[in-house]
Amino acid sequence: MKYLILVYSNPESWEHPMFVRDPGFLGLTEAERADVVREAEALHAEIVASGELVEGVALADPLTARTARPGDGGVTVTDGPYLETKEQLAGYFVVDCETPARAAEIAARFPDARLTAVEVRPIMTTGGEEM
Amino acid sequence: MTAPPAPAPTSAAVGELLRQLAPQVLGPLARRSARFEDAEDAVQEALLAATVQWPVEGLPDEPRAWLRTVAARRMADQLRSEVASRRREERDAAQTPADAHVTPGPDDESVAADDTLVLLLLCCHPTLTPSSQVALTLRAVGGLTTAEIARAFLVPEATMGQRISRAKQRIQTSGARFALPVGAEAPIRWAAALHVLYLIFSEGSTATSGADLHRPDLTAEAIRLARLVHRLRPDDGEAAGLLALMLLVDARRAARTRADGSLVPLAEQDRALWDGDRIAEGVALLTHALPRATLGPYQMQAAIAAVHAEAPSAEATDWRQVVALYGLLDTVAPSPVVTLNRAVAVAMADGPEAGLALLAPLADDDRLAGHHRLPAVRAHLREMAGDPAGAEADFRTAARLTTSLPEQRYLRGRAAALAPTTTIT
Repeated sequence: MKYLILVYSNPESWEHPMFVRDPGFLGLTEAERADVVREAEALHAEIVASGELVEGVALADPLTARTARPGDGGVTVTDGPYLETKEQLAGYFVVDCETPARAAEIAARFPDARLTAVEVRPIMTTGGEEM
Repeated sequence: MTAPPAPAPTSAAVGELLRQLAPQVLGPLARRSARFEDAEDAVQEALLAATVQWPVEGLPDEPRAWLRTVAARRMADQLRSEVASRRREERDAAQTPADAHVTPGPDDESVAADDTLVLLLLCCHPTLTPSSQVALTLRAVGGLTTAEIARAFLVPEATMGQRISRAKQRIQTSGARFALPVGAEAPIRWAAALHVLYLIFSEGSTATSGADLHRPDLTAEAIRLARLVHRLRPDDGEAAGLLALMLLVDARRAARTRADGSLVPLAEQDRALWDGDRIAEGVALLTHALPRATLGPYQMQAAIAAVHAEAPSAEATDWRQVVALYGLLDTVAPSPVVTLNRAVAVAMADGPEAGLALLAPLADDDRLAGHHRLPAVRAHLREMAGDPAGAEADFRTAARLTTSLPEQRYLRGRAAALAPTTTIT
């Protein structure tokens, strides 16, 4: 079963990996920061080696986003992201896991889960079971 | 004097032949070398060489021997270069000549058969995750390439390659011996191997037909592997039962989906579309196995599928028989999913209230929490019981919970059909 992991971030400046620019991360001691970085790297290595990571993508600064939406006389495209919130989507991962619990475990181990939020959503399949 | 060369076979024919030969080539090499990972790599290289050469140059006189020779040579090269580098590093002159590991020995058919089965059991080793077992089985026993397996599971080749290489390393480091298991371990290992074939089959049978013509047909591959196991273990009733189950379920394939990909439930399927040959073969397998072998879950599920297959319509189904078989299955291999199916059968035999009573305890079952199947079945039974409002609510809940697009469309359709009609004035 495939899951989309959405990594939200609230960085002081837009630079990947995003969590290292988060005020929460910057408030940690040097040793604590080193631990967080190490755990993040270990998680990435683990899901690559296990064959669970399908795709991982880092997104550019929301400053570069353009949004298409209904406007006068049709669709208009404006500069900026859809949601004008402090927390922005920083990137996403697609993982293929044995269980929903495992997908949630992976999401919870992203450093961003401690700082902002990481959302995990099942990806729908085009096949179905006989009823 | 040399005979004129035979016409070169098509790529598809070569592919089919290679898939048959793959386990027969890997089996002996893995057994003699006791190095599963390296043997598997060497065989993949030999298969690749054959894929390229045979369609151009024609089949060698003895394709299997050709592959064995090429694979053994690759492996010897590999070992030699490893040994050489180790020697350079350690200045250790006391190494066994690499060829000693891969010298061909006598090979009769029973050894070859055992090799294939040992290979299957290794690929389904309990230290591997189910998805790795499936991937490795398809590659090492099924002879599919990593790219083909990746396409079948809709993941990038790199992801699938990683899964396979991790699985091979695990097998090599687990210290698993290249031998058939004995004693108490044997039935557990066989059950695990059959389960992997079952997983391959289910993955294939839920895939939308015709969505991607280049996607390997996992259903056909699972049936081919189940046939192989059944042929090599004719007295294993569960192997026969699994093959029968696959054939009987696959027989309904053409009736299961409409041209637009929407699902047709069993009760509404056009039974004229069912594959009579598949059904006859499945029933014959089961009829032969049931009185002779130890009864197990696959034979029971196949028996249920056979009752459906032999019924002229949903109403004319022998539901009492289905209820009895699900009751048996729920005793031998209890699971909430079996109870759900049993509840449907009980509702058909004894009325919806009896079915709903069976479902009641499942509401507290953690294994079904958040799953669409319980509300979907309950909706169906509530509809039968004349409770359209309750049924509609359950169909809507189920539609929200499923992660399958065609299931969602089906469940929403059922809910909409039950919604109170608004009178337009």
